[in-house]
Amino acid sequence: MKKNITVRYFAGFREHAGVSEEEVSLAVSNAGDVFERLKHRHGSEEPLGHCKVAVNDEMADWDAVVNDGDTVLLFPPVAGG
Amino acid sequence: MLITSATIYPEELKKNLIDRGAGAYVSFEGWIRDQNDGQEVLRLEYEVYEPVAVAEGKKVIAGAMQKFPLLHVNCVHRSGLLEIGDCAVWVGVTSAHRDEAFSACRYIIDQVKVRLPIWKKEHYVAGHSDWVNCERCATHDHQHPQASVS
Repeated sequence: MKKNITVRYFAGFREHAGVSEEEVSLAVSNAGDVFERLKHRHGSEEPLGHCKVAVNDEMADWDAVVNDGDTVLLFPPVAGG
Repeated sequence: MLITSATIYPEELKKNLIDRGAGAYVSFEGWIRDQNDGQEVLRLEYEVYEPVAVAEGKKVIAGAMQKFPLLHVNCVHRSGLLEIGDCAVWVGVTSAHRDEAFSACRYIIDQVKVRLPIWKKEHYVAGHSDWVNCERCATHDHQHPQASVS
């Protein structure tokens, strides 16, 4: 069953997608699925383990369940400091 | 934990860590340098997703307080456009003795660099710009900690 998800892109992901946020309808079960299914949007060739994800503003694991109505934040490799 | 677009003044921040029981104060300042990976850097731009960066930074500080016997801790990270020589990040800790102050300061800056949703874009003298990946991503195959859930 497809879920309606709000996806937010940051830094290089946003520049590749051309938008900072979009609504998508995807048949996915977890955050990792969202990342994989939207590769054509964020354009990342990084291993999943180099990137990070938050669901509804909470940092999450890639196997975190994504529910209908959730907001998934896709973070490229971070580089603070 | 604070994210700010304003100049960081370490001497001002240090005042909030003063404690009669403190025998040690250790701080770290990360500065913008004029070259990276063989390219001359003109300036640097930090993008921060503040809600999660602040929450995650507070968890890093709480973790440090649990791990080491500290008196006071704070961390400030810049956002926005920075020039060469600007302070991009400051960490300060006070404790009774120097060992835990050194260790905690190192722990906090290391965690901040790999856990907080902060990205930097380098603008080069040559005219182009690029997002900078985590230093370790470029040289090693490694996994980043999934911070708040570990």
